[in-house]
Amino acid sequence: MSAPDFNIKYVAHLARLKLSPEEEQQLGAQLGHILGHIEKLKEVDVTGVEPTAHAFPLVNVFRTDEPRPGLSTEEALRNAPKQSSGLFVVPKVVE
Amino acid sequence: MLHRLTISELTARLARREVSAREAMQACLNQIADVDGDIRAFISHDPADALTQADAADKAIIAGADFARQPLLGVPIALKDVLAVKNQPLNCCSKILGNFRSPYDATVVEKLKAAGALIFGRLNMDEFAMGSSTENSAFQTTRNPWDTARIPGGSSGGSAAAVAADECIASLGSDTGGSIRQPAALCGCVGLKPTYGRVSRYGLVAFASSLDQIGPFTKDVRDAATVLEVISGQDQRDATSIPQPVPPYTKALTGDIKGLRLGLPKQFMVGGLDPEVKRAVDAAVTHLQSLGATVQEVSLPHTDHDVAVYYIIATAEASANLARFDGVRYGARVDGADPLEMYGNTRGAGFGAEVKRRIILGTYVLSSGYYDAYYLRAQKVRTLIRRDYLRAFEQVDVIVAPTTPTPAFKVGEKSGDPLQMYLSDIFTIGCNLAGIPGLSLPCGFAPIAKPGMPHAKLPIGLQLLGKPFAEETILRLAHAYEQSTPWHQERAL
Repeated sequence: MSAPDFNIKYVAHLARLKLSPEEEQQLGAQLGHILGHIEKLKEVDVTGVEPTAHAFPLVNVFRTDEPRPGLSTEEALRNAPKQSSGLFVVPKVVE
Repeated sequence: MLHRLTISELTARLARREVSAREAMQACLNQIADVDGDIRAFISHDPADALTQADAADKAIIAGADFARQPLLGVPIALKDVLAVKNQPLNCCSKILGNFRSPYDATVVEKLKAAGALIFGRLNMDEFAMGSSTENSAFQTTRNPWDTARIPGGSSGGSAAAVAADECIASLGSDTGGSIRQPAALCGCVGLKPTYGRVSRYGLVAFASSLDQIGPFTKDVRDAATVLEVISGQDQRDATSIPQPVPPYTKALTGDIKGLRLGLPKQFMVGGLDPEVKRAVDAAVTHLQSLGATVQEVSLPHTDHDVAVYYIIATAEASANLARFDGVRYGARVDGADPLEMYGNTRGAGFGAEVKRRIILGTYVLSSGYYDAYYLRAQKVRTLIRRDYLRAFEQVDVIVAPTTPTPAFKVGEKSGDPLQMYLSDIFTIGCNLAGIPGLSLPCGFAPIAKPGMPHAKLPIGLQLLGKPFAEETILRLAHAYEQSTPWHQERAL
């Protein structure tokens, strides 16, 4: 059983992944297969069951709000693919 | 021969000044030079830096350093390529990180350094820890030291193979669905996944944040206890680390397991289990009974759904975590006319097939219209799976099971069929979903046919699952078993 409406082009766009036509074809087929296996979960009765996001949820983890040393600008930019004047350079966003 | 020692053996000799840290480090470097061309566990290592660290340790030892305070002083430890070490490369065995060098130390690395460890070498893994064989590494496939035609397991395959091949004294890996226990089982070493929150994840590149834990690979159980004691503890930089005191884990290794209640999950001993694995695990259970433990069957009724729940939750979290690799702030970039095109080009060229597969799956199960049907439902079934474990632990102290359904498979055997690869994680995933601690240790061997090698064999792993924060109990059980069986004395090379 394959999942309904699985549109590989649309999902790849959401994920910001450029795929080749071969990749689209192969990934689409494999994911159909995997989603078929996942469909089994619909057999489980989950009425009244709370979801688990974390095995040991902690709430309100606070620390005192005091300044501490962080990365210097130079360190933060050291791994940048493109930088100038202490900033990350990206393609033009607004015409 | 120093590279063949355990942590406790090496530090005893270092403390008596019979050997130097430099000699121990050099022995590991020589072993890498001799065998890593075949094993391919290391992505990179810096021998000069490693020896400089060793010289510093030797100075500290001569100045009268206290091994009780620095239990890893002078011990060569290598790390999976997913942990940040200041100024060392970090790639997650992916092309997308380019020439990234870590600007800071992971918390576990700070703790290892404070304990005196020599941190050297980057170990191979499946790209972004996604895989069960290291075949998804963008750099190389690691080979199993027991049979180089086979995979070492994954995703921490380099960490397991390096310890099994005596290229380092111990290593660290990470475990999201079995990525420490499965390769430890397939390579014949001890691997421990701590309780979720026991060890800080700060400086571990995130795969699935609600499942990931860092843990040790070692040559025996005592060493696993030693490393766990060093790396555990709450950390202000990881809000999911738990404020629970760290017990002296090595003190738990009393050898006495009389009256310990063991549970065998009936859902684990069914179809697909290799007969040699079943034989070894059955024999181990009988042996544990002879040491005074009691055994009963327990039920984990939702086991059948572990893989489906895992591949929804883990991929959903991964799709969000890996959004940061967009070519803006670090790593490789493939240019585009606008930011959207640049993101797509960078990620399309930088990620490998399995990572793309999981990002797509994770994006889909979180997307509008499918969130409730997949992600929310999976989180609810996760609740049921966790409840199964906690109920079982009302009757027993430790759950005993095989770590993997089969011994190590051959390179290429499953790489064409992702679902078959996913299903090989069936026995290890529940532990992560429930957040409990799990340990794998050798419990025997399966003979294999290999031309010219009449005694060729593959290790089999026994998995011990404990209650939340009951690492002491599973370490005590594992140690009692190990010390009364011969398996840990067998070496791959």
